[in-house]
Amino acid sequence: MELAFEKKNDTLIVRIKGELDMHTADDLRQGIERYLQDFPSLKNMILELKGVGFIDSSGVGVILGRYKTLRQRNGKIGAAALSPSIKRIFELSGMLKIMSVYDTLTDAERAFGIAGR
Amino acid sequence: MAKNSVKMEMTSRGENIAFARVAVAAFAAQLDFTLAEIEEIKVAISEAVSNCVIHGYQNRPDEMIVIAMSIEENRLQMSVEDFGIGIEDIEAAMQPSFTTGEERMGLGLVFINSFMTEMELISTPGKGTLVRMVKIPENLA
Repeated sequence: MELAFEKKNDTLIVRIKGELDMHTADDLRQGIERYLQDFPSLKNMILELKGVGFIDSSGVGVILGRYKTLRQRNGKIGAAALSPSIKRIFELSGMLKIMSVYDTLTDAERAFGIAGR
Repeated sequence: MAKNSVKMEMTSRGENIAFARVAVAAFAAQLDFTLAEIEEIKVAISEAVSNCVIHGYQNRPDEMIVIAMSIEENRLQMSVEDFGIGIEDIEAAMQPSFTTGEERMGLGLVFINSFMTEMELISTPGKGTLVRMVKIPENLA
């Protein structure tokens, strides 16, 4: 799995490439946690999932765990560029109730007020 | 069509989970599943094997997981078995809110249940757990 992190104002953008399962979930968890600890000002997160071919409950768990942290900071989570099967997993697990979904990362950035910055 | 079957054994390592789901998906492709159904099978296998690693064996990496699959007529049958701690209360484990001590929130069995045509959980505390799953292509079910 490949991860790319970018901080834009109070939003952390995470671009994920690969398959998100129990084996790879730890890397994602630790990567995001490091940013959240290093930057207490971070309160929002956008996950770009264009390159994610697979996700199961371990991947959902990592996102949900970080959502709990960001909610304490009065922040929110968005996800961009989901494949239909990932969207279905998010639907079934109730993730769509706690995060917004966007067609592209640009759409998400616009919605989060950080486009072009 | 005569029955076709495959049985695989693997150690309980996280890195084997990707192999397990790809192998089962390749086997399943002998039937007329849609791509979405193949994805569902991959999720179910990933969850079942993750459960063996995390729960059955409490993350001990050198235990055995046995995956058996067969195709008969239009029916794909799969089983994932561990010889670990087992489940005390299967009914409780099947609840979406069942807390498992980490972040998966008991979602694994919910996904398996949603994505499979049939599913059965057989467990003996101290002896192990077997998940039996059946998937029939939707255009035939």
